[in-house]
Amino acid sequence: MAQWLEDIELGNRIDLGAWLMDGEEMMAFARKYDPQSFHVDPEAAAKSHFGGIIASGWYTVACWMRAMMKHRDAQAEKYHYAADKSPGQRPQIGPSPGFLNLSWPNPVRPGDVITFTATASEKLLMKSRPGWGIIRSLNEAYNQKGELVLRHTGQGMVSTRPK
Amino acid sequence: MWCRTATCCIFGLRIEQGIKMVEPKYYWEDFKIGEVAKFGAYHVTKEEIIEFASTYDPQTIHLDEEAAKHSIVGGLCASGWHTCAMVMRMMCDEYLVASAGMGGLGINDARWRAPVRPDEILSVERVCLESRLSKSRPDRGILNFRHTASNQRGEVKLIIEGPMMMLARRFPGQEA
Repeated sequence: MAQWLEDIELGNRIDLGAWLMDGEEMMAFARKYDPQSFHVDPEAAAKSHFGGIIASGWYTVACWMRAMMKHRDAQAEKYHYAADKSPGQRPQIGPSPGFLNLSWPNPVRPGDVITFTATASEKLLMKSRPGWGIIRSLNEAYNQKGELVLRHTGQGMVSTRPK
Repeated sequence: MWCRTATCCIFGLRIEQGIKMVEPKYYWEDFKIGEVAKFGAYHVTKEEIIEFASTYDPQTIHLDEEAAKHSIVGGLCASGWHTCAMVMRMMCDEYLVASAGMGGLGINDARWRAPVRPDEILSVERVCLESRLSKSRPDRGILNFRHTASNQRGEVKLIIEGPMMMLARRFPGQEA
């Protein structure tokens, strides 16, 4: 989305690509950040109500971010934006104030193929920071059966086109 | 976690299931509305900030110290998702791994209040906002917690609020 706030189209669902969820990476993430048995221990997970290893929800959302960044890089190339160089001349992306309404309606399992999407839903100008706005985006992820596995409303700061 | 189906723990009998199963220390009943707990001391390192961001959130402000200085955040900082993950780890170490937790249901509201910097030490304050038994599955309850992460100077970095599911110690009909 390396675009000026003004250029971002609302309501357009962007396909961020389909990713194979690797069980080893999934469990390595969980060993480091979310070592609950159903994320790290295949035997215990098999006997849990999940019936097998499932991804930490934080892993799934981190994978959404990775897909988004990959998309953003591709966009930067497409529009010949040198990402983050010559600030003021190129659209800048700033930090996020937070996110809302995140849910994991279905578990993600090793070997799943997850399609990540983002739909810009709202633009707000920042009164406190001239030259910046906030873009809200409905972000979703689906597995190979078409089941929703992640949904959240993300927010990010985006620079406005210089006057 | 030991099996809680009626066949293997009727009358409270606990039967090992072939692998090591540890009796959970905490169940749904162990968390009371309004109760506050403080825990954790997560040392944030530059190396870990860059490692996480390289894989999941490769933005200059999380990767490049020099470039980050000239950015809107004024210096290298952790990916917000990394901060969530670090808080999750502290939650796991403090109570989740030892609990009969059945997974998070979602996050209603999360606020990244300030950038998380290298060499900060994060800790967490947990407040239990809501607690109720599941209507459809009365052997488990829903707990809604707010977790606030701050650094060693008490500066708030992340506020995150959302529900999780946890088995109840006694399901209806079971003797006390």
